Formats: sequence, structure tokens, C-alpha cells
Amino acid sequence: MATVSQSFMKLFRGSADSGSGAKATPATTRLTRRSSGLVELARILQSEDPLCVLDLGSTSAANIRYMTERGHKIYSEDLLEASTDPSLATRDEQGKAVLDSKRFLSENLVFSAAQFDLVLCWNLADYLDETLVKPVVARLWTTMRPGGMLLAFFHTQEAGPDAPCYRYHILSQDVLEMQHIEARKDMRKGPTGAVHTSIHKTFRLQRVFNNRHIENLFRDFTSIKFFLTRDNVREVLVVR
Amino acid sequence: MDPAKTGEFAHIGKSVIIKGELSGSEDLNVDGVVEGTIQLQGNNLVIGPNGQVKADIHAKSVVVQGKLEGNIWASERAELRKSAAVVGDIFTQRIAIEEGAYFKGKVDIQKEAARTASSITTRSESSAEGKSASGTAKSAAPGIVAAGVAGTPVTKA
Repeated sequence: MATVSQSFMKLFRGSADSGSGAKATPATTRLTRRSSGLVELARILQSEDPLCVLDLGSTSAANIRYMTERGHKIYSEDLLEASTDPSLATRDEQGKAVLDSKRFLSENLVFSAAQFDLVLCWNLADYLDETLVKPVVARLWTTMRPGGMLLAFFHTQEAGPDAPCYRYHILSQDVLEMQHIEARKDMRKGPTGAVHTSIHKTFRLQRVFNNRHIENLFRDFTSIKFFLTRDNVREVLVVR
Repeated sequence: MDPAKTGEFAHIGKSVIIKGELSGSEDLNVDGVVEGTIQLQGNNLVIGPNGQVKADIHAKSVVVQGKLEGNIWASERAELRKSAAVVGDIFTQRIAIEEGAYFKGKVDIQKEAARTASSITTRSESSAEGKSASGTAKSAAPGIVAAGVAGTPVTKA
């Protein structure tokens, strides 16, 4: 999988380095989109029993409100920002710059086992450093209850290398608001990682997963469901 | 709710470091460093823009503008302003999070508030910031007691 994705990113880098002229999305721009995955989740969110929800996107008051108004507990943990910690940088056996996934997981996603009924992963896997993607998914598996659900978004190849990174706010049971994430200036100075390879003032798409890659990424989970959308994003609902 | 506007509050200036247990029966504004615990049952706490707190907090309402590492038990309301960076769990009836605030942890809305619609509000970016920057420990009114090990000047009794 890594080989394919790396090859694909070479194409991305080539186009970006040559000045593709991508239009930067203003940080204030907010778009809305209908989410089929969210519609599926609405059924379990109507549960009378309080659920335990993990939001892996940037802190969103809207998401916290949405969940707590329904009596659920919500945990917020911005993994993308956490991955930009320059002290995570290290070298692998070949001397290649990577992020220390063990240390990352000792500081993040530290929860008791089988805790979460729902994980909102959003577009994390597309923008997270390659080193961290599989370890993070493996850790999520351990923290989710059997039958728990995970919602993730993956770009299609048509999205292009400069697809803006969004944070997602839940507006209703089928509508999301997308807010462009503007990385902090000090986030772009590290030796590796999603932000560090960016030539723009934002997080940069690291790879594009095809359906086979996605199935492989979540191979330990019970089931996986794809929702095709019109905006070059696939929504994926995975059941633990 | 904002004690900074009423003037009736104890103030820990930005050059002050307190380590230990901080308890009191009046509102408190922290712009310095506090490590330990803060017990202000029935009163309000404001962590100012320069405040750096590593403590579990019990108060009626808590407003965070600075950095907090610890859990918040706010019997009425917790508020994270846009400059806030909070790592810890929040247990409260109502919570407001401003755009730009960083939060890592759990939000647990207490049952009384869960029945109330719109218990969480999103503050606009234009909301007022606390004006509490002070170079020294300005005052510590009689209700505030700092117990434990103090770094540099501590609040007065």
C-alpha cells in the first residue's frame, strides 16, 4: 500500500512543486455538505442509553453541543495537530525521517479498552503522517466497543493534491459544516509529517487511498460500508 | 458572572507562582502559575490570558483564557475563550467554547442540564477578553487561602 501511495504522492509533489496554482481556501470559508454516513449514525445517536463518542477533529463546539444535547459523552482529541509536535521526529532503520509512533500513542489516544461507541475520524487518515496511520487505526480498534462505529472520509484521486483540509461541524443529523483548517505558523517547521511537507499554509493531503487500501486499513473491523459523494470524497462507515 | 467586571475578586498576578491547595469563598482571577488544586465552591474562577494552571478545579463557574492542565468541575458553567488551551475533562451543566480554543479531553454535561436545550453555546470571536493582566499579586482578598508550597510571592491572607 505504501508503494502505491508513495508513487501517487510523487505525482502530487510534482504538480505542487511546479506551482499548480491551487487556490487557497480562506480560513473563514464555511461550506455545508450532506453526509450519508451521518444519516446512518443518526440511528444509534437516538439511543436512550448514553453513548461514548470520540471526536478526532479540531475542537468543535457544535459537535460537543450536538452530542451532549442527546445525553452522550464526548471526548475531543485533535490528532492532526498533535502529530505536528516536532519532538516526534526520529529516524527509522534506513535513516529515513519518520515520526515516533510509539511515543505518539503514549501521549495520545490513551483511553481504557473498549470504551467508545462512536469515533468521528473525519478526514484524519488522508492528512496524517504515513508513519502514524496504521498504528492509530490499530489503537482505535482497541478503544472501541464491539459493534461500535467509526466514520471516516477519504478523498478520491480526482480531489487533487491541494484538496483543502477541513474541520467538520455537525449541524443536523444529515448536514455537516466544513471549515477550512489553517495550520498555525509554528506547525510547519518540523522535519517531517503532514504539515511539514506542505507548501501552503495548511495541512496537505498525504496520500489517496483506493477502496482496497481502505479495506486493508480496517481489516480487523467487522464490516465496512462506502458512501460515494459528489465532492470527490468517499464516506466510510466501519463497524468494530 | 465575570468577576473582572465587578472588581470584587482576588487576583493572582502573572509573576506569581503557587504550588499546593488553593481554596476560597470568593471569586478569583488567576493570571499567574498555579499547580495543585483550586477549590472555590460556589464562586467563580477566571484563568487569564497569562494564566498557567495545572490543577483540578472545583468552582461555580470557570472561564479559561490561558492554559489549563487538569479537570474542571463547574457546578454552573465552564467557558473556554479563543486563547484557551485545556487538557482535561470538564464536568458542568453548561459549557461555551469559543472558536479557536484548544480542548483535549471529555465533556460530561451533568444530568440537570442535559434536559435543558441549548446547554452549549458557541461564542463569537468578538466577545470580550478579560482585562486582568497585572505584574504582581495585586491582592488576595481575605476569603482566599493558599496552602502548600509557594514559589514566588503568594497571596496574602
